[in-house]
Amino acid sequence: MSAPTGTLDRRAAVKALLADRGDLLVISGLGSSSYDVFDAGEHRGNFYLWGAMGGAAMVGLGLALAQPKRPVLVITGDGEQLMGIGSLLTIATKQPGNLSIAVLDNGHFGETGMQPSHSGLGAKLEVIASGAGIGNVSDIADMAGIERFRNSLRDLGGGPRLARIRIAAGEVERALPPRDGAYLKNRFRGHLGFQVR
Amino acid sequence: MDQIAVHQDSATSTDWPVAIYRTLKNFGVAQVSYVPDAGHSKLIKLSHADADIKTTVLTTEEEGVALSAGAWLGGDRAVLLMQSSGVGNCVNMLSLMASCRFPLLTLVTMRGEWAEFNPWQIPMGRATPQAFEIMGATVLRLENPDDAEEVISAAASLAYDGDQQVAVLISQRMIGRKKWTKETH
Repeated sequence: MSAPTGTLDRRAAVKALLADRGDLLVISGLGSSSYDVFDAGEHRGNFYLWGAMGGAAMVGLGLALAQPKRPVLVITGDGEQLMGIGSLLTIATKQPGNLSIAVLDNGHFGETGMQPSHSGLGAKLEVIASGAGIGNVSDIADMAGIERFRNSLRDLGGGPRLARIRIAAGEVERALPPRDGAYLKNRFRGHLGFQVR
Repeated sequence: MDQIAVHQDSATSTDWPVAIYRTLKNFGVAQVSYVPDAGHSKLIKLSHADADIKTTVLTTEEEGVALSAGAWLGGDRAVLLMQSSGVGNCVNMLSLMASCRFPLLTLVTMRGEWAEFNPWQIPMGRATPQAFEIMGATVLRLENPDDAEEVISAAASLAYDGDQQVAVLISQRMIGRKKWTKETH
């Protein structure tokens, strides 16, 4: 079995995922994933979660069903996805072609003191996703894999996809996005053309 | 399925799920998610049969809270159906709705409050209103089948126009006594 953790720099990986993002809509899971997405470039089509652990993929599903012509990418961590593991089964029942999930997997709960997570202790999120019924899964350990995954995002018939992205377990400096939830909500809806009442 | 029948004016006091369905349609609800429940079975069937409603079965209730947030971000109105036994599962995820002032409309069939034979249903049933209220949600009661349209309509306005989290608790008395055995008491 390969090592549970990887070597990819999380900031570089997320920056590469979001390069030339076009009409991509992004939901980020709480903690480091939100910091990574913010660090890659502030955008009105980003919705950063600061809580709601376990909910990122389901927020992504609700959005993907509401906006079937836009690609939706959930970027979250292994710990966050593990807490909402059942959502992978729920997403599979709907087969939203425009929804992709990138799990930044360092095998640890990074925000809380780097305790080993279930994925660090052997669980394979891409295999779980496949068993849940998500047909398009990948296990990415290098930047070439990131590039391939990024190029696939705009294929609205190719999802749902889940990529486990093996990142290094080191701490990186925090980059803090806005945390007023109502502001983030209204900004995002405004980006999609909905009036703030 | 029942689309034609539903659009004929056929609601009676026993057809409260049809009255709820029509009211949700009038409010433009585009997404329904649910954890299965016998009391909601008719509404779930109507929802699945409606091509204009994206209907999602959940593994646990809090998924539907997060789904409702994502739906709203994308311009869809969503409704979450569950039984009172699942309300406790939602408590933490309700902070997402409060923090962002996301609308939430959830319709909860009650257990543990009327002719309940299963004692295991009683603690969560009894705590259901408080479980919503501690997270800032508004709790409305639907006690009488004839009030279905009025109560659901009030709840939907409060949620979608008032940006509130609203739970409508549907009394167990409306759903009827659950028949488990042939034994009589």
